[in-house]
Amino acid sequence: MEIMEKIEKLEQTASQVRRDVLRMIHAKKSGHPGGSLGVTDLLVSLYFEIMEHSPKDFDINGKNQDLFFLSIGHVSAAWYSVLARSGYFPMKELSTFRAIDSRLQGHPATAENLEGIRIASGSLGQGLSVACGAALAKKLNNDDKTVYCLMGDGEIQEGQVWEAALFANARKIDNLIAFVDVNGQQIDGTTFDVMGMHAICDKWKAFGWEVMECNGNIIADVLDTINRAKTKLGNKKPIIIIMKTEMGNGVDFMMGSHKWHGVAPSDEQLQNALSQLEETLGDY
Amino acid sequence: MRYTYTEKKDTRSGFGAGLHEAAKKNKNIVALCADLTGSLKMGDFQKEFPERFFQAGIAEANMIGTAAGLTIGGKIPFAGTFAVFATGRVYDQIRQSVAYSNKNVKICASHAGITLGEDGATHQILEDIGLMKMLPNMTVICTCDYNQTKAATMAIAQYDGPVYLRFGRPSVPNFTDPNQKFEIGKAEQLYEGNDITILATGHLVWKAIEACEILAKKGINAELFNIHTIKPFDAQAVLKSVKKTKAMVTAEEHMLNGGLFDTAAQCVALNNPIPMEAVAVMDTFGESGKPEELMDKYGLTAENIVKAVEKAISRK
Repeated sequence: MEIMEKIEKLEQTASQVRRDVLRMIHAKKSGHPGGSLGVTDLLVSLYFEIMEHSPKDFDINGKNQDLFFLSIGHVSAAWYSVLARSGYFPMKELSTFRAIDSRLQGHPATAENLEGIRIASGSLGQGLSVACGAALAKKLNNDDKTVYCLMGDGEIQEGQVWEAALFANARKIDNLIAFVDVNGQQIDGTTFDVMGMHAICDKWKAFGWEVMECNGNIIADVLDTINRAKTKLGNKKPIIIIMKTEMGNGVDFMMGSHKWHGVAPSDEQLQNALSQLEETLGDY
Repeated sequence: MRYTYTEKKDTRSGFGAGLHEAAKKNKNIVALCADLTGSLKMGDFQKEFPERFFQAGIAEANMIGTAAGLTIGGKIPFAGTFAVFATGRVYDQIRQSVAYSNKNVKICASHAGITLGEDGATHQILEDIGLMKMLPNMTVICTCDYNQTKAATMAIAQYDGPVYLRFGRPSVPNFTDPNQKFEIGKAEQLYEGNDITILATGHLVWKAIEACEILAKKGINAELFNIHTIKPFDAQAVLKSVKKTKAMVTAEEHMLNGGLFDTAAQCVALNNPIPMEAVAVMDTFGESGKPEELMDKYGLTAENIVKAVEKAISRK
């Protein structure tokens, strides 16, 4: 497939995932739309283009498959949509998001055996450590596939992230590509106001990581950056992609603010938002 | 004495030996340690299986997360550090990445309790059993001597699920069978008697044996169980015993709150309420001192078990 055609198809998928996210969160009046819309392009790029994985034959150990760990568990709506549309579980289950007896818990969990989820996340700062462990297991198993992990720029205020950053460098974990979703927002305001988050690239460089940057809402840039990152695997250095995104991307009134971190749209707001996102693959 | 020993040995060395032995049999066993390999006696494993050993540095939260990740790929990680750092410091990591996610991680906690000694209260955790047993999916084991710790380490390698294995620093009587079969969740009966049921765990098991000998001379026949597994608790064995003895004493090197006592009390309260007394640490932190001095000062002695037994019997 021509690259332009491929990108157009991924963009269409991303539009549909954004519709799913908004409809899921609206239905239960509960969830995290802002961050979910911001990371949709990355998740679509990974699951529909980059990763080698077997949605129909899910195995928690994931041997000889690329693995993805979502450390920012609160953007679960986007992940569930991508997993369902990849074929991990029936799309109709998206309507159970955050409901009683659902496998689609508010934050991702393994207790309900939802295909595609390998560990619980939600309490922040833990995913990179888990990804390091899974990457080490791959090395011991002579499994040459790659481990991916998505963190948030608010999340990296957690000390455990930097423990993992030290560890990955010290143990030369070079089958890992991590991402930081830099949308500049967290619950109480901007990441700069709350915790003086700046020079993020320099911080990771100082911890010995191979650091790359991209715009996480331009799929062509995401694909190009990950493909270049893949050529750097196996160089005895962990890799991180610092990914600039816009919270609420794709919905004009949700962008440029932290207000939509954990608020569901009203009926009217949902209709307004959906009118901005083409239904490309059919709503669930 | 019904039970004798020829040597005193530390339970942590039993862990080190058990880990090494288990790892020879199963190549999926891996180990992590947070800058305490000597204290945890993980040297033999590290030497023979360097590619399966991961130095985690002084970064326990990451060690627990990494251990959880290693299970994804079929590894069986044994993560070792002092009990204080293996529990309270990393509670949320254990809660989410290990217990809730039901990962096959073995949390191996040395230097538990006040017998850690001279380092003092910062390092003497007395709340760890409580913290760990409250987590769904978690198995909690507290062994009594070297031989049993070795056997337990090998047994948990074959069990699929999160385990908290608690052991200690000092040399204590090594009296259990070196070839014992360790059964997770089974109360081990050491004495049979009709007058009182005694439940002991960890270093207090030997003290309870000494207490049983004293009690026998006083004409009191105690039924003693080594509760090496706090969770799952062997309710069947304990309830069968108290039906006969109608009174119980527990003994542990742990806070009263959250320890063996309240597991046992919950069991009898729900099924067959009887008088109970406890030998445990009473809502206080420890302090510096030699292990035996601390055991005496905090009342974790055979004499206090005897007193508790007499009091429990008087309340029947």
